Amino acid sequence: MALFVLSIIIFMMVRLTGDPALLMLPPDAGLEALEDLRHSMGVDKPLIVQYGLFINDYAHGSFGDSLRSKTPVSELVSDRLPNSIKLIGAAFFFVILISLPLGVLSAVYKGTWIDTLCTGFAVLGQAIPVFWLGMLLIQLFTVKLGWLPSSGMGGLTHYIMPAFSLGFFTVAAITRLLRSSLLESMDSEYIKLARIKGLTEFKVVWKHALRNSLISVVTLGGIYIAILITLGILVEVVFAWPGMGRLLFQGIVFRDFPVVQAVVMISAAIVITTSLMVDIAYAYLDPRIRLQ
Amino acid sequence: MAVAIDDAVLKPIKVSILTKVLAGFKGAPLIPLSIIVVFVFSAVFADLITFHDAYKVNLPDRLIPPFWQDGGSLSHPLGTDPLGRDVLVRIIYGTRVSIIIAGAALTIGGGFGTLVGLTAGFYGGKVDTLLMRLADITLAFPLILFAILMVMVIGPSMMNVIVAISLVLWARYARVIRGEVLGLMQRDFIARARVSGASDWRIMMRHLLPNVMPTLIVLLTLQVGWVIIVEASLSFLGAGIPPPTPAWGSMLAEGREYVSTAWWVTTAPGIAIMLVVLAFNLSGDWLREKLDPKQRSI
Repeated sequence: MALFVLSIIIFMMVRLTGDPALLMLPPDAGLEALEDLRHSMGVDKPLIVQYGLFINDYAHGSFGDSLRSKTPVSELVSDRLPNSIKLIGAAFFFVILISLPLGVLSAVYKGTWIDTLCTGFAVLGQAIPVFWLGMLLIQLFTVKLGWLPSSGMGGLTHYIMPAFSLGFFTVAAITRLLRSSLLESMDSEYIKLARIKGLTEFKVVWKHALRNSLISVVTLGGIYIAILITLGILVEVVFAWPGMGRLLFQGIVFRDFPVVQAVVMISAAIVITTSLMVDIAYAYLDPRIRLQ
Repeated sequence: MAVAIDDAVLKPIKVSILTKVLAGFKGAPLIPLSIIVVFVFSAVFADLITFHDAYKVNLPDRLIPPFWQDGGSLSHPLGTDPLGRDVLVRIIYGTRVSIIIAGAALTIGGGFGTLVGLTAGFYGGKVDTLLMRLADITLAFPLILFAILMVMVIGPSMMNVIVAISLVLWARYARVIRGEVLGLMQRDFIARARVSGASDWRIMMRHLLPNVMPTLIVLLTLQVGWVIIVEASLSFLGAGIPPPTPAWGSMLAEGREYVSTAWWVTTAPGIAIMLVVLAFNLSGDWLREKLDPKQRSI
């Protein structure tokens, strides 16, 4: 449903705001050439037919040719997509690695300096634009210390800075959320019971409380994935990561319509389907919440 | 005797407005609030407090470091950018861009969203289902992508950035306000207003709107920072404020290639964004605790 609306909106925006044939022709081309091009592009057909063709092309994985490099956009995308997925996967790993301990620490040591430090870190994470964070990291670790490579893809060291800066915002969001939901579950009856049973504090927190608190994090899982995908564009630009984001950025710079259109459409489709899948998985995992 | 007690109860306690205002700010985060004041002040008086032209390219003065480094001087306290323009001056003018965009997008998007939320909650039924389905679809879109495509198609300009951000902003307001209104509709005062013959519009504006105001104000404050970051991201990607207008995001983009040689070009606007967003988020958190204790978990 959302995908359908999305495709209509994108189609309308691209087709109705200007004649694509006019954009592609040199300014001194005659009227006849314009008519010819319109015919060959199919823009002289009725809108509904054009929409059908557009959807048909996209459904078959054909996104037209890039105006700049003249290669099919689908080739460009299929080269870049795996790289983006790798980066997002690495960022996801960082997020889980950092946000779980931080959230638990700040909830367990509520009100102490550890809590202040963790929540401070979380508040900061939501205020720093990821692309600036990336630049700061480059200044520190590449320019000053020379420890990490600043751009491109390669060995594991190439992943550290991009994945960290990409994950940073999400780390902040999850830490805050986890802290408040942990505090809530620590107050509940079953935690008291677990304590009375004589379980160690470690087991009480990490097994009983955390398990229930994670539900609230998983609920928003779809949103976090969407955030990672969109922020990935910015991070890829900063670190010259050969992924979809960089492709989009080059598309914007060179006003390369088919590329921008395809990248936006594909990323949006990925975002929407993953959040749908997360929602379904979530309803499956937690029997208390079923799709109504 | 009874009369005397009534008198004492009914007699209004005289409190000066100043005391009231001060009491309202008790426990307020002073540092974030003063950052916001400085931010607004520099946006309004940018012309009066700056000594350099924010637009004029001056290549001989390019990439002068800030005053505490070798080669820096106090005439360019935070140094100059690759085109020889004063970084501090451009940051001050950048506040103007940020505040106009945040203000306009929140007014348009927030206003429209509130109206949708009021309508959906008030009329319920099919209207509600339709409007909320629309809001859900909007919320499911990756916002930055949507805005990029829009700005690409209609061309980068301040107006278009505002339109793009407003178009994705309204849905959250519609959802939250509708939720509040649904609760309010069960209350007696709405039924009474209806009995007394108030029109639908009057009930929405005079009875519902004031009651959702605290939520609305909190949400607006919390989203200023978000809008500023989205605008900066768009400008950074070249799909936002077109150069030469000084916007923080495009300043970061212009300085990106000089990260290794001229750190100040990107660090200064980055810090500006961080401080302002932090200030609005912290103030929003404070307002939320103050106005609306039950909503702490948004």
